[in-house]
Amino acid sequence: MLQRLRENKSVQGTLLALPTTVWLFVLLIIPLLLTLIISFGRRSPDGNVIFTFTFDNYIRLLGYSTDCAGGQARCFDPLYATILWRSLVLAFNTTALVILMGYPLAYFIARAHPKKRNLYLFMVLIPLWTNFVIRVYAWMMLLRKEGGINIVLGWLAHLLGFPFQPLEMLYTPGAVLIGMVYEFLPFMILPIFTSLEKIDNSLYEAAADLGANAIRTFLRVTLPLSVPGVVAGTILVFIPVMGTFIVSDILGGRQVILVGNLIQRQFLDARDPTFGSAASLILMVMTLIVTYFYTRRFGFGEEIVAV
Amino acid sequence: MNPFRRSPFIIVATILVYFFLYAPIVGLVLYSFNASRTNVKFEGFIPAFSERVVMDGSLVKSSPCGLFHWYCDLAKNDDVLEAAGNTLKIAITATIISTIIGTMAALALQRYDFKLKPFSQVSLYIPIVIPEIVMGIGALTLFSQLFQFLNSTLNLSGDARLSLGIVTVTVSHIAFMIPFVTLVVQARLQGFDKSFEEAAMDLGANEWITFRRVTFPMILPGVLSGALLAFTLSLDDFVITFFTNGPGSTTLPIYVYGLLRRIITPQVNALSTAWILIVFIAVSLLQLLQNRTEKA
Repeated sequence: MLQRLRENKSVQGTLLALPTTVWLFVLLIIPLLLTLIISFGRRSPDGNVIFTFTFDNYIRLLGYSTDCAGGQARCFDPLYATILWRSLVLAFNTTALVILMGYPLAYFIARAHPKKRNLYLFMVLIPLWTNFVIRVYAWMMLLRKEGGINIVLGWLAHLLGFPFQPLEMLYTPGAVLIGMVYEFLPFMILPIFTSLEKIDNSLYEAAADLGANAIRTFLRVTLPLSVPGVVAGTILVFIPVMGTFIVSDILGGRQVILVGNLIQRQFLDARDPTFGSAASLILMVMTLIVTYFYTRRFGFGEEIVAV
Repeated sequence: MNPFRRSPFIIVATILVYFFLYAPIVGLVLYSFNASRTNVKFEGFIPAFSERVVMDGSLVKSSPCGLFHWYCDLAKNDDVLEAAGNTLKIAITATIISTIIGTMAALALQRYDFKLKPFSQVSLYIPIVIPEIVMGIGALTLFSQLFQFLNSTLNLSGDARLSLGIVTVTVSHIAFMIPFVTLVVQARLQGFDKSFEEAAMDLGANEWITFRRVTFPMILPGVLSGALLAFTLSLDDFVITFFTNGPGSTTLPIYVYGLLRRIITPQVNALSTAWILIVFIAVSLLQLLQNRTEKA
């Protein structure tokens, strides 16, 4: 028996991979299937799940309410569709801003002297390894009416002799955008850095020998070769932004509700897991569609492991 | 020959982005020395070196810990200590288990052919392409349905009832940590020269000895960096823990989040500062270690 096991490579491989495969099956795939089943269910008065087969939750999410005034069966209610759209737009804006801010820094680090490179990277890692919740809190302290930004602005205004009214920045969509950018910026810098670092110096020399100026070299050599890094970074930023609920919870208050907040509230406050399940499946499908078209266009970089 | 190396645009942008990364952290640290208990405004530093704690309105006038009043408060806070203990327990257990079985899977996927292989490989990408909240509520649904079923069929009551707690958090953490370990070790195995193993076998080593003496030492850096990544992911995790924790299994991120929704005292800043400091020291040590091994 043991002898046969020793010779049978296929059985060995299966056994080695088995714990991981079973673990992932039980804790990732079965829960997804359960979520799917429950999303077609109905909520019982005490907040439990009644297993039925109805599309009501999805219809509600996409803009129709079954809970109308005037006795209609269905009426238009864009509340949840607006939340989905807002989350999508925020994820796009965050990703774009993070690329704009992260690229120059990644470029600077990749082109720095090798001796200093580690130090610069280390300086990106420190904020990244500081806890996610703590980072949101730090922005809450800066954005408050009495917070750091208003103090600095007030002081500047005082120096220049302008009148100054503290700005209301907390609990606005802008605050949520800044918070998201701050949370996910390192996830863009690291993969872009990894792809830029791989570019051979001789390519730059060749470009220069052939008479290309700095801008042309950047557009024709650097940028195309760093695309895999940008793609990996986009996946690492876009997907989590779509589902995050702490940033909007702390920095957006009740003003900025994203699909993550919607799901969280269905499971904890409103206690309608069936509606929450439908919302989370829609969220998953939205991210998968965007990721699919994006990676089909640009490929799936191995830089994803860089973080 | 670096066309953009000294470009003023890149340098200015770099300085601004670093400023953006560090300004919030500096503010956070500064407020941890705030004399104001409400922590709304910065009311000056706590006076250093004094005997008694004097609260004048909401101001701390003096404290045996001086400037570090809020840090002393923190060390006396049992909830924080319990949360820190839970966080470490979960992270250590989950790291050990996910590193072992994740490394096994990496070996299987890189070295063997078997029927389940495509399925195993694809399932590794699930946590990367699916938002964490979807996994979190999925795990919550699984546990709550399973526990409801088991509690009623086995007639469990009182303390015997199954409920969310440290075990459910740890089990869920392992699920999202495994793929990161496996992918990192796989990347390491890809650049692995098989001829070393063949040489060992030719010299008479059996498979186990070859693994222990040749393969394992060569993939060890990959295994360690995978384990480290998994450990930090677990320490940092909020979303999965949020949905799978129960009474008595509060972790530090969950505890901080709870505080943010209630009253914020400079204690939160002290906790954050302590955390940042620990991370800073840990990352520095690792960097030093890495530099050493690279030079050796």
